[in-house]
Amino acid sequence: MLRGPATETQVTHLQRLWLYILCGLVVLFLVGPTLMVVPMSFSNSRYLEFPPQEWSFRWYRAYFSSLEWRRATAVSFQAASLTMVVATVVGTLAAYGLHVARAKAGRYISILLTLPMIIPVILLAVGIFLSFAPVGLNSTIMGLVLAHSVLAIPLVLITVTAGMRNFDINQEMVARSMGASRPWAFLTITLPQIRNSALSAALLAFIVSLDEVVIALLIAGGDKATLTRRMFLALRDEIDPTIAAISTLLIGFSILMLLVSQLLQRKRD
Amino acid sequence: MSAAEAEPRNKRALERQARKEQAGLLSLSLPAFILVGSLVLVPIAWLFWLSIYGNDGFTLQNYTRMLHPSYRLTLITTFELAFLVTGICILLGYPLAYIGAQLGPRMASLLMLCVLFPFWTSLLVRTYAWLVLLQRRGVINTWLMEWGVIDAPLKLVHNFTGTAIGMVHIMLPFLVLPLYANMKAIDTGLMKAASNLGASPTRAFWQIYVPLTYSGLGAGVILVFVLSLGFYVTPALLGGGRVMMWAMQIERSMAVYADWGAASALGVVLLVMTLSILWAFAKLTGASAATGAK
Repeated sequence: MLRGPATETQVTHLQRLWLYILCGLVVLFLVGPTLMVVPMSFSNSRYLEFPPQEWSFRWYRAYFSSLEWRRATAVSFQAASLTMVVATVVGTLAAYGLHVARAKAGRYISILLTLPMIIPVILLAVGIFLSFAPVGLNSTIMGLVLAHSVLAIPLVLITVTAGMRNFDINQEMVARSMGASRPWAFLTITLPQIRNSALSAALLAFIVSLDEVVIALLIAGGDKATLTRRMFLALRDEIDPTIAAISTLLIGFSILMLLVSQLLQRKRD
Repeated sequence: MSAAEAEPRNKRALERQARKEQAGLLSLSLPAFILVGSLVLVPIAWLFWLSIYGNDGFTLQNYTRMLHPSYRLTLITTFELAFLVTGICILLGYPLAYIGAQLGPRMASLLMLCVLFPFWTSLLVRTYAWLVLLQRRGVINTWLMEWGVIDAPLKLVHNFTGTAIGMVHIMLPFLVLPLYANMKAIDTGLMKAASNLGASPTRAFWQIYVPLTYSGLGAGVILVFVLSLGFYVTPALLGGGRVMMWAMQIERSMAVYADWGAASALGVVLLVMTLSILWAFAKLTGASAATGAK
């Protein structure tokens, strides 16, 4: 592979060896720190070392035996699952409607629906706290799900719209001309073909909710604190090694999600 | 009734039906619209109102207060970090995307997995990793001391340095992904042509290749810059309360001082800064950063 010129302008691989080394270092910078947490989480010491001098499950035991951490994990996964359902259904409906209608108004609506992606999260958090206060939605799962859905809807909209572009909408027209109603045609013809996009979107929505910190910090108090909220507060005060164990579990979960999303994408191409 | 008379009537009926269908399709976005409207648009309008209307009627006090030196310092720190982080991201991200675009499919997808991995990993987990690595008795200080590079541990975290390192780590994928997509689409024949016409590799790179990547680079840069301006989590943890960002000032005004007037005015300023940067970018390039990034 290293024989022959590297680029169209006849630059050789040796001449730009520095570039390869730089890229190697950048990749190390991107991946290394996170992965180092994994072995460190098995350390027996209060000061996490790399590599650990003494291996143990001490911090995993600390996590699993803590009612607070377990409850926070349950709240996070509950909110993320519900957010996934709400955002995917609502976002896919919008993506379908806006794509098929081909109306000028549709463009403005989709710009509006992607606004939560552009507006700084801290501002969304303050605004959502403000509007939840009078209706008593602060510190509830429902409040968390609604707030996180708003964050996830733009991603669902973009992902599903991209999937719709590869789909020939005439197929649905054919089904309808043969007597299928629009919802039936959508469910049996369109949806199966944009399935991978919708699933990718669902995965994204789940991750967005699971990782969200700032909104949860303001609106998820009491026993509805999410995992990330508890982690943030714990980290602000001191570096609790229990978080290394939680992080390792979350890293494993992220890798799983990433692989599934790559698989879905490959199938889509 | 003749066919000629019926035709315009049919046409009108068909148009009416088409309009009805279009309205029906657009109404499918109603649930999403209601959610975003009630949790984003209305609250922001409300925040704007709170920022100009106090207990004694209309006031600009919340805004004039921002002229105070402490606010100015926060604003300077915020922009300093955003510029620094964006600059470092360009320096690190451009070569990475460039090499990625030229690798074979298998190596390229491996490289992109390395870029996507942080993207999918929790923000807090990554920030935590840097806290552990950079702290006084952390891995980096321990190693540097063992190798005899330094005698006393360096102060790497709870300051500007740590914040910048952590932020670059979070923002780098946002720059690399759009840039990589852009570079992948470039016709490499153009470089061959430049070379055939006598351009040196350096000249071909700067005069042909780089201009072709402006759109991807622009999308990435604007995304990193705007996200950095409003960033809260990583600066709050790695800055240790000593590095004050605009977003932290908003949170503090609200959570610590329960001062809605100040929090909302700060929020309005952040929003105006963000939207005007995005708007200027869209005007300059005719593209939207949000759609260019995904």
